[in-house]
Amino acid sequence: MKKEIKGDWLYTISSKRSVFSLNFKEIWSYRDLLFLFVKRDIITVYKQTILGPLWYVIQPLFTSVIFTLVFNNLGQIKTGTVNPFLFNLAGITLWNYFKECLTGTSNTFTKNQNIFGKVYFPRAIMPMSVTFSNLLKFVIQLCIFFGFYTYFFISGDNLSLSPMVLLLPVYVIMMALLGLGFGMILSAMTTKYRDLTVLVGFGVQLLMYVSAVPYPVSEARLKFPDWVVPFVEFNPLTQLIEGFRYILLNTGEINLKSFIYTFLLSLFTFLLGLVVFNRTEKQFIDTV
Amino acid sequence: MSETILKVENISKQYRLGLVGTGTISHDLNRWWYKVRGKEDPYLRIGETNDRGTKANSDYVWALKDINFEVKQGEVLGIIGKNGAGKSTLLKILSRVTLPTTGEIKTKGRIASLLEVGTGFHREMTGRENIYLNGAILGMTKKEITSKIDEIIDFSGCERYIDTPVKRYSSGMTVRLAFAVAAFLEPEILVVDEVLAVGDAEFQKKAIGKMQDISRGQGRTVLFVSHNMVAVKNLCTRVIVLKDGEVLGMGETENMIKLYLNDLSMKPQDQLAKSKFLSFVSMQSILGNNTLKIGEDFHLSITFKETVHGQFDYFYVAIEDDMSRRVLSVGTHLDNNFHDKFHFSKKLNCVIPKLCLVKGIYRVLVAIGTSAPFENKEVIENALSFEVVDDNFFENGVSLEKGQGVLITKVKWNLC
Repeated sequence: MKKEIKGDWLYTISSKRSVFSLNFKEIWSYRDLLFLFVKRDIITVYKQTILGPLWYVIQPLFTSVIFTLVFNNLGQIKTGTVNPFLFNLAGITLWNYFKECLTGTSNTFTKNQNIFGKVYFPRAIMPMSVTFSNLLKFVIQLCIFFGFYTYFFISGDNLSLSPMVLLLPVYVIMMALLGLGFGMILSAMTTKYRDLTVLVGFGVQLLMYVSAVPYPVSEARLKFPDWVVPFVEFNPLTQLIEGFRYILLNTGEINLKSFIYTFLLSLFTFLLGLVVFNRTEKQFIDTV
Repeated sequence: MSETILKVENISKQYRLGLVGTGTISHDLNRWWYKVRGKEDPYLRIGETNDRGTKANSDYVWALKDINFEVKQGEVLGIIGKNGAGKSTLLKILSRVTLPTTGEIKTKGRIASLLEVGTGFHREMTGRENIYLNGAILGMTKKEITSKIDEIIDFSGCERYIDTPVKRYSSGMTVRLAFAVAAFLEPEILVVDEVLAVGDAEFQKKAIGKMQDISRGQGRTVLFVSHNMVAVKNLCTRVIVLKDGEVLGMGETENMIKLYLNDLSMKPQDQLAKSKFLSFVSMQSILGNNTLKIGEDFHLSITFKETVHGQFDYFYVAIEDDMSRRVLSVGTHLDNNFHDKFHFSKKLNCVIPKLCLVKGIYRVLVAIGTSAPFENKEVIENALSFEVVDDNFFENGVSLEKGQGVLITKVKWNLC
């Protein structure tokens, strides 16, 4: 008898949870919400600022200038035939996207506890919307990059896009998956242990230096102590930054093996993040 | 009449008291270790019932314990109980905000909860944008919202402001908008938590009407949590009374409201015992035994504790009926001849002349406070309860019943 009825129930709220739930189906059914959140973020971000979107431009430019001064002028890091400023700008543009995704999603639960405490929707929508709205910022910064690219090209620098430039979206997606994945894992953990929010702030800063942002991998291999090199080489972020620079500036190295490695790792991080996140979403309101 | 749409089975919810800090990691590890060995969670056993008043012996407490009930389609189920009785926890579990510790809830329809005053509204966005966002948060698709947006705007009564950012709205308007979105959501089960507290009388009426519409007209189910007994009475077909996380009673609305209010007013002495400034509140009447005849002078005497000296500016007395409606308020601040600051006074006498209330049970609320700043320093909601009896008031054997009014009085009629 009981079994017959069970078929009719739309869903069951129960204390039992499956360990591995991705609920893609549910997320898909809330896709409109995802886009409305993205829209909200984009609309509201400029409100009550003076310089508005100009901040998106200022920040990577200044960072690139400083990096060029410190690492290339002072630190004598060789960037091959590519202008060091352009080299740094490329790295920073992609790195910024990762950073924004990570920091933007890592406090999902604490930031949204108000709304999460009132109404149910698949929580993963929130970090996903952050990743999407950061994409706009990334595109703006990428346009700046291409602006300088054109400038240096016209002023006679030896620049050429690699035919692999078609892979650009793939690199962006991998970066998004990594940022989102790590962000979701962190946000799940910060609900209980707030110490992590502090860690994220300066951890990301440090991570940048082992992710080959201000230097090419070849330089790292030459100058870093041996035990540090694997940290740089097997870091998926390194592979992404290096690959990104390869397809845009034709500098550095790229090979199929590390590409597949990075791709799988990004996908894995994302799926792991989603699982951890989904586990947390059901209980976090009691611990946050 | 119709089929069960929602079934709640053995729902319990445990909370950890105190601060999350040291100790949680060790508890987590301990819990994990039990789980690895396939044993029951060691902390599930040591919970206590959730009585705010008593001091807890363990760190864990049951906010809800073994709740069972079913809701039929088209019902408006009221959930009432004191603060901390577990109402909100129950709603949170129902709306999937948090999981139960044990038990299961099965539902045949979508459950949507009405957001409290515009949570999920973004201040910088216009009313229209917020309708879309809020609707989507509640589970509507963009298409659904577009098809209903005119109705929603119309119902909210905010047409003029609809393209203005919500930060310019009054709180009442925000609630109207939020309620309007939820009202047109068309979930099979709508959960409403205490929204009617805000919004003006006109809107409250509209909201209650809409909820009746939803349940009667459209056959959808409403779960309604409120402290407003009048609204519960008007709206609900059945009521559950929660107390300390357990079901105190379940059934027909009127009886359950009585049960709840009786429980609330069970022991006036208990409330007085906790008082810092009052030691005793009593009344004198002809019949005695806290029974008053209609039209008799109401004598109330209040005995203070030593602590009361000179800190207060007014004393306030209110009479409430059995539906928690305030019938009458009096206070020393309303008496121009009373300037005492309660210096070394031991006793305060209050006479309300010729109290003409319809027969029934009434409660006395007393409060003591300061005028600058104007603040109640202590409120005792149930200092005393008394019964008004009809001792042949009209002298012809006819008497007025409850429901025919609160006030009763002899009237002179003249035909000319």
